[in-house]
Amino acid sequence: MKDHVSRKAREIPPSGIRKFFDLIQEMEDVISLGVGEPDFATPWNICESSIYSIEQGATSYSSNRGMPALCEEVTRYLDRRFNLTYNPHKEIVITSGASEALDIAVRAIVDPGDEVLVAEPCYVAYAPNVILAGGHPVPVPCLEQDAFRLTADALVEAVSSRTKAVMINFPNNPTGGVMDAASLRAIIDIIVDHDLILISDEIYAELSYEAQHVAAATVGDAWERTITINGFSKAYAMTGWRVGYLCAPEALSDTALKIHQYVMLCAPVMGQVAAREALRHGDRARDEMISEYKMRRNLFVRGLNRIGLPCHMPQGAFYAFPSVGLTGLSDQEFAERLLTEEHVAVVPGSVFGTSGSGHIRCSYATSRENLKSALDRIEAFLSTL
Amino acid sequence: MDEKDRLLLTLLDQNSRLPSRELAELVDLDEQDVNERIRLMEGTGIIQQYTAVIDWEKAGDGEVAVILELKVSPERDFGYDKVAERIARFRQVRSVRLVSGIYDLELVVTGRNIHEVARFVSEQIAPMDHIRETATVLIMKTYKENGHIFYEKEEGERLPLSI
Repeated sequence: MKDHVSRKAREIPPSGIRKFFDLIQEMEDVISLGVGEPDFATPWNICESSIYSIEQGATSYSSNRGMPALCEEVTRYLDRRFNLTYNPHKEIVITSGASEALDIAVRAIVDPGDEVLVAEPCYVAYAPNVILAGGHPVPVPCLEQDAFRLTADALVEAVSSRTKAVMINFPNNPTGGVMDAASLRAIIDIIVDHDLILISDEIYAELSYEAQHVAAATVGDAWERTITINGFSKAYAMTGWRVGYLCAPEALSDTALKIHQYVMLCAPVMGQVAAREALRHGDRARDEMISEYKMRRNLFVRGLNRIGLPCHMPQGAFYAFPSVGLTGLSDQEFAERLLTEEHVAVVPGSVFGTSGSGHIRCSYATSRENLKSALDRIEAFLSTL
Repeated sequence: MDEKDRLLLTLLDQNSRLPSRELAELVDLDEQDVNERIRLMEGTGIIQQYTAVIDWEKAGDGEVAVILELKVSPERDFGYDKVAERIARFRQVRSVRLVSGIYDLELVVTGRNIHEVARFVSEQIAPMDHIRETATVLIMKTYKENGHIFYEKEEGERLPLSI
């Protein structure tokens, strides 16, 4: 039989962490700093509301857009928290996690041959999303010297006549970098000048430790050309429920809704019920988790710098992104040896794009005990180099 | 009291044995500053005591505990304070609270066995002046105490790596 795999599918790179996954399976006593999700269980009131709704028989489809009560709750929340205004009946789609929102956002705007500028290092799905939509992802580096922000200079350099859109994620996975209003304005001016679309993945918006998160769509004239993506996974510890959303002006969100209707029909209803409860009564639990992440960040990043792994203080998300350059090892070698020799799992920065190389991503969404033991082990590892 | 003080209190409430160096790292202060803040809060009585949360049942100690509810006639000028303070002095009384509802004071009382507790209630508390009525509720099992869950919880399984 001939090879039936599509060219596009073949073009997508394989997972950069497969090798580590296999290594971990054979080990005991691994401390994993490689996890991109909260270590907390979903707050009980959220679980309970969903369990109750199942008992009541709420197990059918919702409307494609999402349960109207949830759409209204989300738009109220965005307004209350980020001063971001969307019409709950026209400008939002509830999706199966922010992942689906990213996919349909890209598919809604990309034609074959279009270029999409992707601010890197970034979540590993962005480039594949663009490729699957027939476009070409073009990486734009966000460097440590700029506190991992996307700068106007880097963006200008990457724009071409084929550029259709820009994808950003702040607070950022994997760097923990954030964008304030001024740095957002600088890139939005360019986006407006070149008549581009901005896809802003703000899944870590609540996890902003030093300053209130600035939603990209609220800056300058960005609103009319911005697709805002967010969800419940990170802030409310709800990764497994698969609920996110996309907000955009009507023409864009209608197109995304059309795609969503054909590929997903609707987001899981049990998750939608849980998400509504999260927005109605979840503030306190959310803020307690965020307070804990912030303390872990302080503990862990101070610890990294103390043991000789220089690390920029991340302002958001739950990742530290220390440089391993001084060790003389590449990030891949460092991560592999740290795992095999000291049983600490981290993710090499190059997995998140070329500009991530020379760094490792350490998630501090794990217990303080784990973080302290991991620091001890990393210190022991460094002393052998 | 500022945000950092509140964070320190929350951390100590969860684990009073956290070393000050770790407290300092968690809340992003110098260790000296943390010690000073804690000393001040101890001095003003915000921090009353450092204790352990113990599952006595697991320790096999066999003490019994009851919740004792009391209807109390308040006294002119003193309200419930004098009676509550008098009751609080008994060694057997672990906690005393003024509560809303049918009863006024709610106590937790411990003793070696139910007879000892019963004698204490009927001979020492019930006959006191201003006590109009008592209700004794035997604590049969503790599931959660001071924010700590006693029964074994199953941890949800996370992927060891995810992007």
